[in-house]
Amino acid sequence: MIERRPILDFLTHLLLIIGVAAVCFPIWMTLVASTHEGSRLARDPLPIWFGTNGFETYSAILVEGTNGTVPVWLMMANSLIMALGITAGKIVISLTAAYAVVFFRFPGRMLAFWMIFITLMLPVEVRILPTFDIAADMFKPVRSLWDVLSGDVALSAWLGYEIKVEIPKLSLLNSYQGLILPLIASATATFLFRQVFLTIPDELVEAAKMDGAGPWRFFRDILVPMSRTNIAALTIILFIYGWNQYLWPLLVTTDADYTTVVMGIQRMVNSGEAEPIWNEIMGTAVLAMLPPVIVVLAMQKLFVKGLTEQEK
Amino acid sequence: MAQRRTGFRGTLLPLMLVAPQLVITVLFFIWPAAQALEQGFYIEDAFGFSREWVGLANYRELFDDPRYLASFWRTLIFGAAVTGLAMAIALILALAANRVLRLALAYRTLLIWPYAVAPALAGVIWYFLLNPSVGIYANWMAAAGVEWNHYADGNQALALVIAASVWKQISYNFLFFLAGLQSIPRSLIEAAAIDRAGPWTRFWTITLPLLSPTTFFLLVVNLVYAFFDTFATIHATTSGGPVDATTTLVYRVYSTGFVGQDYGASAAQSVVLMALVILMTTVQFRYVERRVVY
Repeated sequence: MIERRPILDFLTHLLLIIGVAAVCFPIWMTLVASTHEGSRLARDPLPIWFGTNGFETYSAILVEGTNGTVPVWLMMANSLIMALGITAGKIVISLTAAYAVVFFRFPGRMLAFWMIFITLMLPVEVRILPTFDIAADMFKPVRSLWDVLSGDVALSAWLGYEIKVEIPKLSLLNSYQGLILPLIASATATFLFRQVFLTIPDELVEAAKMDGAGPWRFFRDILVPMSRTNIAALTIILFIYGWNQYLWPLLVTTDADYTTVVMGIQRMVNSGEAEPIWNEIMGTAVLAMLPPVIVVLAMQKLFVKGLTEQEK
Repeated sequence: MAQRRTGFRGTLLPLMLVAPQLVITVLFFIWPAAQALEQGFYIEDAFGFSREWVGLANYRELFDDPRYLASFWRTLIFGAAVTGLAMAIALILALAANRVLRLALAYRTLLIWPYAVAPALAGVIWYFLLNPSVGIYANWMAAAGVEWNHYADGNQALALVIAASVWKQISYNFLFFLAGLQSIPRSLIEAAAIDRAGPWTRFWTITLPLLSPTTFFLLVVNLVYAFFDTFATIHATTSGGPVDATTTLVYRVYSTGFVGQDYGASAAQSVVLMALVILMTTVQFRYVERRVVY
């Protein structure tokens, strides 16, 4: 407090309480709605306190789903697999890429750095269709290259007889690989680890080398342990990022068994002819936000660190 | 680019270490972007069997299309509204929280968790709260004499997705503003107070200017969020409707390509959006480079 201004103090608290109430109220209503029967929600006065139907709502959606969807436990499991896969994938390939860029001098180093940087400029939303095409047919670039270079002609001439190479189709649609792989390239994670690695003192590297540590040993026994708070902080941010993915799962999964919960809720809302069953939709919303919200609240300090570090 | 003086020798090992990231980047980022660039110059028949080079016709058509231009302006209005509101509300709350030092952490805990709520869920929750028959906000408005029906009224539908997008983004901005405020040296504020500058004057002459790096950073982040991440908010609720009222640029890429199957037009739209992101990222990074000097 710089100076005493009791009225201003009072107004400050009032403002904060109103702010907190306004921010929390939508979630309050979501919780309330999930504990009432569907028919009660449309009757005046609209409920603002909990009902008694919560157990029925949650057990119904978890086990059976709603409006003909797959059970919500399956959606949650899919989301978990996707979120963990994206998190682990991003961290591993960013750690190794940052290690290579910082500690080695190799041809193409700048090119690699710029290619990773470019991913920042191409969010999935701006390349929806062609990315879907690639996921449906992973070897398409190889096939195009083969055709452009007239690979068949060259190979036939070299072998001395006619040959036609068929490059097979490999599709990632409706698979966990499809949900995870296209999302694990990460410029931000790579840059973050690069920053961390650049602060490691030269003496430490020299000492490790003197003691006979090779590049792999140094990475595993010194670099990774030294970055573990950064890794932990980033894990939180990336888990939330992965769990909350929407557009990509929507595109690559047509098989309902791969529905993730954040994306699946949309099918409950826009269920065509059938009226949306609001208590069950809100119950699903609660379940869908629970894991990331718990992570944020339980690890607030790490979360704030992870978030603010991305700025740098 | 900065590099260490000491390091390890070898060529094969580092190449193998960057390879996973590069393969994914080429496959899922660079190749699709190149494809979009190329496809923007062609018109493809509905079955994808043949295509015809049309030069810039797709782009010309795009900017002659009043519906596309309308969604262009709509996206700008939407982006300005979301960014402006989310930043203003967050700044006010952060200023307040920064005044009550002892309780700042408690308020922060109560305000930051919506960050973890997915944009799609934020949309669905507000869709419910504003639903004309079961939503409590719609109910209150009806009591106040405002007829709310976002199924029929395009402006109300747009207000709905703006409200949901702002609500979700406040916590992020709050966190950065609070961190920014806490890094302002107290001695500066105290000196101004001794010189008899009141809270109002101090805010405009000290706090706001010193907060400008944070503000600028948040401006870019919020615009990117409003332009791209809100696809989920819109898709899960209004699906771009009623009659295009919530169709932003990103939503139109999706609906033209995936629903309408018009690949050439969708690709051209993708390229326009790419130009937009490249512009924004460049601005952001040029500024970050410069900020180191501060």
